[in-house]
Amino acid sequence: MKLRRWLADRWVMGVALLVLLYLSLPIIVVAGLSFNRPSSRLSYDFHEFTLDNWTHPFPTLEMRDAVIRSIEIGLIATVISTVLGTLMAFALVRHGFRGRAGINGLIFLPMATPELVMGTSLLALFVAAQIPLGFWTIVIAHVMFCVSFVVVTVKARLAGMDRRLEEAAMDLYANEWQTFRRITLPLVLPGIVAAALLAFSLSFDDFIITNFNSGTTVTFPMYVWGAAGKGIPPQVNVIGTAMFVIALAVVGASSLQGRRARRAALAAPVAAVGAPKSAS
Amino acid sequence: MTALAHVSTPAGEPAAPPTPRRGRHRLLPYLLLLPGAAWLLVFFALPLLQLAAASLYDPSGSLATGYAMTWAFGNYPAALEQYWPQLARSFGYSAIALVLALLMGYPLAYGIAQKAGRWKNLLLVAVVAPMFTSFLVRTLAWKTILSDNGWVVGLLRDVHLLGPDGRLLATPFAVILGLTYNFLPFLVLPLYASLERLDPRLLEAASDLYASPLRAFQKVTLPLSMPGVIAGTLLFFIPATGDYINAELLGTPNEYMIGNVIDSAFLVRLDYPQGAALSFLLMAAILAIVFGYLRKAGTEEVL
Repeated sequence: MKLRRWLADRWVMGVALLVLLYLSLPIIVVAGLSFNRPSSRLSYDFHEFTLDNWTHPFPTLEMRDAVIRSIEIGLIATVISTVLGTLMAFALVRHGFRGRAGINGLIFLPMATPELVMGTSLLALFVAAQIPLGFWTIVIAHVMFCVSFVVVTVKARLAGMDRRLEEAAMDLYANEWQTFRRITLPLVLPGIVAAALLAFSLSFDDFIITNFNSGTTVTFPMYVWGAAGKGIPPQVNVIGTAMFVIALAVVGASSLQGRRARRAALAAPVAAVGAPKSAS
Repeated sequence: MTALAHVSTPAGEPAAPPTPRRGRHRLLPYLLLLPGAAWLLVFFALPLLQLAAASLYDPSGSLATGYAMTWAFGNYPAALEQYWPQLARSFGYSAIALVLALLMGYPLAYGIAQKAGRWKNLLLVAVVAPMFTSFLVRTLAWKTILSDNGWVVGLLRDVHLLGPDGRLLATPFAVILGLTYNFLPFLVLPLYASLERLDPRLLEAASDLYASPLRAFQKVTLPLSMPGVIAGTLLFFIPATGDYINAELLGTPNEYMIGNVIDSAFLVRLDYPQGAALSFLLMAAILAIVFGYLRKAGTEEVL
């Protein structure tokens, strides 16, 4: 019986690890290809080791501009969507109001609608309203699909917050602004930061919606798409690997930060209890 | 009594609010909601109406001369007649990919939730790690993995699973593999969330009552993880059906899905009425399947 359970445990974990390998294979290949000198422009096979791609990450001005533009659009869309989404999350968690079901639906639907439909419908609107496509139509589109994710992320953090901390602050004669500034905001901040990071990564990587609303403006995914037919420069894999490493570092740092904060939270009461003891 | 009430509530002020704070901030929630809701109304809801209108434009118009609104409902049957193979292929490919993803994702989610111990968080990061890099770049990586000179094709040819000229790239297999890969994390995460809450003592109880592991899985694990299965299925199926990146990069026009057709209708052929009609057909078909599925699965609370 024990042996069988042991085998059953290993069997599941074995399959799980194989599936994880399938999920990680492309990243390994992308990292490997970032050190590749391809034999020809249209070849995607590993040919020869080189560091050139990393020392010269931008083979053309077009690619450099595309990466910079994606970062710009990502930052602007992140700021706008984080502000709008955070305000909505506060209203949803902290306030009663009429039409809650309608607002919830308005926030949920963009996450359930195929990107393709959001992209084409926004294009139909911009064309009908004769708004020229370009940088700002991309920003508008990105804010639109990021807002819902921000609301959901911040809402989760707000809902899990202990209201008594704010009540305690008010009892200690903090006014509403002071309570918000000194208690509420610091407690919600990790949720807001997580939402902003999510919004940036969604914006930076979006292709389908951008494709319909970019006109002649080229973002990094648009550049990769356009180059796919003509042959992808190996430097694209450098950007892909760099994105991966940066994202991993952010996740690692935040989990370390979280662990430290938890340890500090555990230590604080101990210190408080310990203090009078050492005094007496 | 009424007169008295009138007297005690001076002009405009509502009768004693439940708490003074609430009273002063009656408008606050609406102000907080206004910018975000307005953005979503103008740039999400309104465009859907515009798309519906565009799908009924006179099909003989053009972007240059402008479209006339003629309530041309005939655009729908016309588009369906011309492109039903691509529409059917979209649902066929994503359905096969969904089955593969469930077969792979369930053991993965179960392993992480129940067996991984202190490695749990690390393995979870590994599940979402593919999403840390660009969707297009990692899909292109499959081009390298499945290439005719690659080791995968070489191995399959050596063991005669593939003929000497057989290939993987530019086949339905490659497209389905890409779809499965790209959307698998969306299926695994909600599945993990529901399996993580599964109390292992329930399985012990089942085994104490002489249930075989298979039967315990059928009767305990699977039913309790159904909310996760349903949420994961929807999160996988909706984007996979609308995707056309995998078909474009890993397939050929023979593998084109409805997204490829819509993309070319709007951006190459500039046939807005047809593109709009196809977009709506796609959305209607997805909604019909989602609601049919939810009704059958019997859990309305997921939405």
